[in-house]
Amino acid sequence: MDFMTPQIWLQVGPLGITDTVFVSAALTLFLLVGGRLAVRVAWARETLEVIYEMVESMLQDMVTIDVTPLVPLILTQWLLILSANLVGLLPIVSSPTRDLSLTAALAVIAFGAAHVYGYRAHGMAYLRTYVQPNPIMLPFNIIGELSRTLALALRLFGNMVSGEIIGGIIVSLAGLLLPVPLMLLDVLTSVVQAYIFGMLTLVFTASAMQVVATKKPVTPQPSPGGSP
Amino acid sequence: MTPHDWISVVSIVTAGLAVAVGSIAPALGEAKALTQAMDAIARQPDAANAISRTLFVGMAMVESTAIYALVIALVLLFANPLLP
Repeated sequence: MDFMTPQIWLQVGPLGITDTVFVSAALTLFLLVGGRLAVRVAWARETLEVIYEMVESMLQDMVTIDVTPLVPLILTQWLLILSANLVGLLPIVSSPTRDLSLTAALAVIAFGAAHVYGYRAHGMAYLRTYVQPNPIMLPFNIIGELSRTLALALRLFGNMVSGEIIGGIIVSLAGLLLPVPLMLLDVLTSVVQAYIFGMLTLVFTASAMQVVATKKPVTPQPSPGGSP
Repeated sequence: MTPHDWISVVSIVTAGLAVAVGSIAPALGEAKALTQAMDAIARQPDAANAISRTLFVGMAMVESTAIYALVIALVLLFANPLLP
């Protein structure tokens, strides 16, 4: 089952560079150049703006905080993970998210984002939430944060690698065209997992930004009725 | 049988057991979440969007328990630390 483990494409001294690095770098470059080129064309730019505003309003419905600084992060995660999941459907390349290294890196970014935004929103008061309700809870809070990050990495990795394994087993057992329905199911899994990764990043970051604010009096939200 | 053979046999059996036993509880939990969500949507069709969004996220979190069992089974089968 050599399709499961990342294959080494380039050997630099003792360091083997796997296909994960090349494929994810190529995807990043593609998204970057594509985005830069698309903003120069009027219709593409307008389409992207409509999508961006749609995503922003969708994210705003999820949480009570202001999501404006978070939208680029979440949208980038969605685009990268979705393209990384779906590129496995092409021949020769296999999806880079079946490598635990990539999903762990993405999870660490989500972990860092929650802390950066939480610290930026509340300063030292954010770090004090680690010793709430009392300092005995400090190790449990730390374990909670770490296991949440581990779960984020393992969820994406497990889902993608199980799709690859099922496809590989069916091909070796049955024949060429039989895994197609399972690959369609895998497309659904890819989309849902990308959505969930971004959503969980949003939820964790929002809870970090919100955690101190609950102690203060709640700021009045603009109500749909239009009352002052 | 050499000790390595025994480790292989036990690893294979344990990998099967890990997935079989480890997926019982997430399956029951997901079924319960789905029935509750269906119930909620039937009561309040207006809130269907919010409910199904929350359902997706929650189901993925429940499902990650089964994914952990799968990851352990995969480690036992393909990256067993006890076998050379």
